[in-house]
Amino acid sequence: MMGSGMLKVTTPTDLEIVMTRSFNAPRRLVWEAMTKPEFIRRWMFLPPGWTMIKCEEDPRVGGSFRWEWAGPDGKLAMAMGGVYREVVPPGEGGAGGRLVRTESFEMGCVPQMGEQHCTMVLTESGGKTLLTLNVKYPTKEARDGAIASGMEHGVSAGYDKLDAMLAAGG
Amino acid sequence: MLNHMVLDRSPTLDRVFHALAHPARRSILRRLSDKEQNLSELSAPLKMSFPAASKHVRVLEHAGLVRRRIQGRQHLCRLNASPLKDAADWTQGFRDQWEKRFEVLEELLAEMQQKEETGTQAKSVRGPASK
Repeated sequence: MMGSGMLKVTTPTDLEIVMTRSFNAPRRLVWEAMTKPEFIRRWMFLPPGWTMIKCEEDPRVGGSFRWEWAGPDGKLAMAMGGVYREVVPPGEGGAGGRLVRTESFEMGCVPQMGEQHCTMVLTESGGKTLLTLNVKYPTKEARDGAIASGMEHGVSAGYDKLDAMLAAGG
Repeated sequence: MLNHMVLDRSPTLDRVFHALAHPARRSILRRLSDKEQNLSELSAPLKMSFPAASKHVRVLEHAGLVRRRIQGRQHLCRLNASPLKDAADWTQGFRDQWEKRFEVLEELLAEMQQKEETGTQAKSVRGPASK
């Protein structure tokens, strides 16, 4: 599917969610967009009405990050933070492009689900970058809760494939 | 990355995802989406014994994805896609939420690239890898 640009979401184990998506840009830029607050603020949004009120990033081993959002009433409603464990920016000849950090919700996520480990890997081929995000949760319940959050936000679901399948199934 | 507000403890979904987590069982489901088949038809293309194949069918049955009826000596299986619909809805929202972010990221990357090219032309030298 690389090159189609579409996001793939898989659950290879009970604890993990893996997302892969390709971007039409060199990985050096994808790295920047994923690690610099001025860029993260642009793409890391929640549904309409929510605003990101804090985005701090210190992508060095042992450095931390902290994100905060305000809900529709303008008050701080959700916060998440963590610590960088591995930071290897993209280097020559395909080396590097790896970021590992812990993530946990400090508020707004009820119940709190403990610490999750997020690993980002960027690989480049023909000017395109394949982004792989692996998030490993402390429990299956936390993983399932993360997936369920998509539903919670009321994002429209694509029924097309399913309808075709149901039609075929008679 | 972002889990939010809800914990879904659904034994039905657990069974559905467990059932879908094996290539042989996905293969069975795909073939059942065309028509009803008996157990030997279902197990034939799988590189495994009949008992092994029928065990997979039982897992699918347990998840509610396959319904079985007995006609004479034949066990006829058909797809029941409604649990799959629930499961698809469940992951689809998560995927859509992230795809929206990634679409914005894609636009942002195009903008960054354009800016970089313009900057390079202006200076007519390639700057150091930005940090």
